[in-house]
Amino acid sequence: MATEESKNAAAGSGTPTGVQTSPYEGFVYLPLIAGWLVPGAGHFVLGKWWRGALLAASVVGMFATGLAMHGEIGSEVHSILDLLGLAGGLGTGLLYIVARVAGWGAAQAQVTTADWGTRFIWVAGLLNVIAAVDAHNLRTGRKS
Amino acid sequence: MTYFPAVLLFALFASTVFGITQRETPVRMFRYGLYCFSLFVGSAIVLSWVMWLIAR
Repeated sequence: MATEESKNAAAGSGTPTGVQTSPYEGFVYLPLIAGWLVPGAGHFVLGKWWRGALLAASVVGMFATGLAMHGEIGSEVHSILDLLGLAGGLGTGLLYIVARVAGWGAAQAQVTTADWGTRFIWVAGLLNVIAAVDAHNLRTGRKS
Repeated sequence: MTYFPAVLLFALFASTVFGITQRETPVRMFRYGLYCFSLFVGSAIVLSWVMWLIAR
């Protein structure tokens, strides 16, 4: 019966257990946390400058467009949908906190475009979470 | 901002993130981003016409 190691050796795998190793050193969750707090920072930590810059531009651009359309920031939570929106907004990390402290955005959507702006802000947060998880996957070696 | 520029901006930003995070090589990232962008914009146009026909 072939062992796992002999199977990997026969398949030409460089690692005995088949688990990919990462070239990066240090705290494994740093890219995830940095990427959540500052859009693109997770990729910057890993030296993926172009990917990080494009991700940062996309997330910040989406967030800024939402603000420009008078999207809601820091509204009170009245329903489960509001809670999901708050979670989406918090996905942008420090951007959301800064916007809330500075009083950017609208307290309540008054026009149709403000409603779209609120969705832009939510989606910016969700995209940032995807980007942060991607940085984590790069760090752990799941993705190259 | 009117509806269509908003759609274009949304599609651009979202497809950029999708392309970079869902594929591994730059060429495949670009192709997948372009694919997502065309699906976003294309579906918005098709659904807009469907709604227009329903509203008539």
